[in-house]
Amino acid sequence: MDATLPHPAGGAEHHGEHAKLRGFRAVAWHYLTTTNHKDIGTLYLCFALAMFFFGGLMALGIRAELFQPGLQLVEPEFFNQLTTMHGLVMVFGAIMPAFTGFANWQLPMMIGACDMAFARLNNWSFWLLPPAALLLAASFFTPSGATAAGWTLYAPLSTQQGVGMDMAIFAIHLMGISSIMGAINIITTIINMRAPGMDLMKMPLFCWTWLITAFLLIAVMPVLAGAVTMLLTDRHFGTSFFNAAGGGDPVLYQHIFWFFGHPEVYIMALPGFGIVSTVIPAFSRKPLFGYPSMVYATASIALLSFIVWAHHMFTTGMPVTAILYFMYATMLIAVPTGVKVFNWIATMWRGSMTFETPMLFAIGFVVLFTIGGFTGLVLSIAPLDVQLQDSYYVVAHFHYVLVAGSLFSLFAGVYYWLPKWTGRMYNETLGKAHFWLSMIFFNVTFFVQHFLGLAGMPRRIPDYALQFADFNMVSSVGAFGFGLTQLLFLYVVVNCVRSGKKTTEKRVWEGADTLEWELPTPAPYHSFHTPPKLRWEGHRPIIAAE
Amino acid sequence: MADGGSSETHAHSGVHAHYYVPSPSRWPAYCAGALLLVVTGAVLLFSRILWGALPFAVGFALTAYIAVRWWGDVARESEGGSYKGWEDMSFRWGMAWFIFSEVMFFAAFFGALFYARALSVPDLGGAHSKVVWPGYDAVWPTAGPHFSSAFETIPAFGIPLVNTAILLTSGVTVTWAHWALKLNRRRDLLVALALTIALGACFLALQIHEYQDAYANLNLRLDSGIYGSTFFMLTGFHGMHVTVGTIGLIVIFGRCAAGHFSPDRHFGFEAVAWYWHFVDVVWLFLFVVVYWL
Ligand SMILES: [Cu+2]
Repeated sequence: MDATLPHPAGGAEHHGEHAKLRGFRAVAWHYLTTTNHKDIGTLYLCFALAMFFFGGLMALGIRAELFQPGLQLVEPEFFNQLTTMHGLVMVFGAIMPAFTGFANWQLPMMIGACDMAFARLNNWSFWLLPPAALLLAASFFTPSGATAAGWTLYAPLSTQQGVGMDMAIFAIHLMGISSIMGAINIITTIINMRAPGMDLMKMPLFCWTWLITAFLLIAVMPVLAGAVTMLLTDRHFGTSFFNAAGGGDPVLYQHIFWFFGHPEVYIMALPGFGIVSTVIPAFSRKPLFGYPSMVYATASIALLSFIVWAHHMFTTGMPVTAILYFMYATMLIAVPTGVKVFNWIATMWRGSMTFETPMLFAIGFVVLFTIGGFTGLVLSIAPLDVQLQDSYYVVAHFHYVLVAGSLFSLFAGVYYWLPKWTGRMYNETLGKAHFWLSMIFFNVTFFVQHFLGLAGMPRRIPDYALQFADFNMVSSVGAFGFGLTQLLFLYVVVNCVRSGKKTTEKRVWEGADTLEWELPTPAPYHSFHTPPKLRWEGHRPIIAAE
Repeated sequence: MADGGSSETHAHSGVHAHYYVPSPSRWPAYCAGALLLVVTGAVLLFSRILWGALPFAVGFALTAYIAVRWWGDVARESEGGSYKGWEDMSFRWGMAWFIFSEVMFFAAFFGALFYARALSVPDLGGAHSKVVWPGYDAVWPTAGPHFSSAFETIPAFGIPLVNTAILLTSGVTVTWAHWALKLNRRRDLLVALALTIALGACFLALQIHEYQDAYANLNLRLDSGIYGSTFFMLTGFHGMHVTVGTIGLIVIFGRCAAGHFSPDRHFGFEAVAWYWHFVDVVWLFLFVVVYWL
C-alpha cells in the first residue's frame, strides 16, 4: 500500500484513532472522519436520496390535499408549511447535494487527480448538511410550526413568522457554508489538480459545467446568506431593511433574493447539463458535437444569469424601462441554451445509438427540459407574466426544469456510473421500467398544471374553484404514481449495490470515453496515487503504460 | 471498498509527484456538531428561552477549540514538510476564492444601502407615498417615515478618518513584515507584525468608542431605521472581520515567534495578509459610501 494516501476502512488497523472500533461503530466513525472523495460522494448521494424522499413525502401531502376542491386533510397553515419546506428541502437538501455527490465521485477520476484539493474541508462541507436538515425537520414540531413563507422566504411574511423561520434561516446559513466550502474545493480541484495533458479544453464537459457552477455558488451563496441575515436582524434586532416604516422596502428582499435565486437555477441545471453531455455521446458512440461551443454556451448562461433576476418581479411595480430590460436580457438566455439543445441532438444525429436506462433518462431530459425552457421563455414575456405570475403555470414550468431537468439528469448519472462505482450492474429491465413510469407520471402530474395556470389557478393555496377540479385530480394521481415509482428506483439501486451482477469490465459502456473508464471496475478506493500519464486517441484519454 | 486496483494504477502512472491527502480527521464532523449547538442555542435565545445561552456558549467554545486543533494539524503538516508547491497552489486558489465569497457577502449589504438611498427612501417621499406618509421629507440620513426619533450621524472626518489612516498604515506594516520574512529578518518580522496587531487593536478600540458615542450621545442605534440598519450592519460586519483578521495576525505572530515559516514557503502568513488587505479595502468603500457621502 502507498503510504502517501490514507487507507480505507479495511485497513483501519493502521490508524490509531479507530483501531478499537468494530461493526456499525467502526463504519460510522469511518464515514464521520473520512477524507476520501468517494466516501464523501457516497455520503452526499445517500443524504440527497433521503432528502428526496422527505421532500417527496411533503409533495404528496400537497397533492393529496389538492386532489379535491375544499379543505380535506390539512389545515391551510400546515399546507403552507408543506409547500415551503418541500421547496427548501428539494433545492438545498436533495438536488444541490446530489450534484455535489457526483462532483466528489467523478471530478478526481475524470481529471486524473488523487482526491479533492482539500480533503478535510470536503468532509466538513458534507457534515454541515445533516445539522441543517435536522433544523428544518425539527421546525415542524415547534409551537408555531415550520416556516410557511414559501421557499423564497419573502418579507414581510418572513419577518413575522414564528421560531420555525429562525430555524430555516440558520439551516440556510449552514447549508450556505457547506455549498461555499464545497464550491471552493471543486473549483480549486479542477483548476489545480488536473493530470498533465488534461487541458481545460480537453476535460469532460461535466468538469466544465461544475467549474462554472462552483463559480456561481461562490458568487451568490454569500448573497443569500446576507439576505437571510437581514431577515434575522429585522426579526430580532430592530433593523428596517425590509420595513417601509423605517425607510426600508420588502421589495429589496426580493431583489437580493433573486440576485441569488436566478443563478441558483443554473446551479441546479448546469451540472445536469454536464451529465447529459457525458451520457449522450457514450450511447451515440460519437464525440460530443461542438464541444467548444458547449463550453462557451455554459459560460454565457452563467454570466447572463447575474443580470436577469428581476424577471421574477414583473408584478412588483418596477419602472417600465427596467421591465423591458429584464425581459429582453432573459430572452437572451434562450440563445446559449438553444446551442446546447442543438448540440445534444447533433451528437445523436447518425450515431449508432442504443437506449440503455442512462440514455433514456438523458433523452427524456432533453425533451422535457426543452419544454421547460420554452415555458420559461413564455414567462419572460412581461405582459404575459402579469397574468401567469404565481399561477400553476409557473409551478409546471419550474418542475419541468427541476424534475425532468435536474432530477432526470441525476437518474441518468446514477445508472451510468453506478456500475463503475460498485462493479455491479443494475437490473436493466427495472431501470427501463423506472424511466418509463417516471416519464409518464411526470407528465401526467405536471403537464396539466400548465392548463390550470393558464386558466388562473393560483399556487400555494390549499383550496381552489370547482372548474379546476378535474385537472387537479389528474395531477394528484400522477404525483402519487411518480412518488411510488421512485420506490422502484430505490429498489433498483439497493439491489444493484447488494446483489447486482458483478462486472470487472473497465469500460462498462462501449462508447464511454472519459478518463474514469480507464480505471479498473469497481473504481479503486484511491484512483490515482500520482498523476497518470495520458495518451490521447482523439478526444479520448488513455492511461499510457510507462 | 477494496484497495485492490491501486497498485496497478500506480504502476501505470508516469509522473511521480505526490499530492498530500490528509488522513481521516475528527475535526470536520465535530465542528459541524459544535455549530449545530451554536445555532440551537441562538434559536432558543430568540424564543426568549434563556438557557439557550448554555448550548450557544458551549458550542461557540467548542468551535473555537476545534478551529485551534484543526488548524494546528494544518500547521504541523506544513512545518513537517507535507506541503510542496502543488499543495501551496491549492491553498492560494482556495483562499482567493474564499475572499471572493466574502466580497459577495459584503456586496449584499452595500447593495441594500444603495437600494435604500437610490430607490426606497426617495419612493417613500414620492407622490404615491404622500397619502400614507404625509410630511415625510425623505432626506438621507433617515430613520424612515414612521420611526421619527431624531439622530445624528458620525462625521466622516473625525474618528473614521483616523481609522482609515490606521488601517492603511497597518497595510504598510503587514507588507513590511512580509518583506522581512522573505529576507529572513526575523526580528523585523516580529516587530512589524506586532505593530500591525497593535494598529488592528487601535482600530477596534476606536470603533467601540464610536459605537458607544453613537448610542450614548447621538441617539444613533441599530434600530434607527434604514440608516441605523445599514450603518451598524456594514460597519459591524467589517469590525467582525477586523477582529478575525487580528486574531489571525496574533496566531501568525505566535507561529513566527516559534520559528515557523521560511523565506520561500509561508502561505499561512500570506493568507492572513491577503485577508488583512481585503478588510482594508472594504473599509475604504465603507469610509466613502457610509461615512462620507
Ligand atoms: Cu430566474
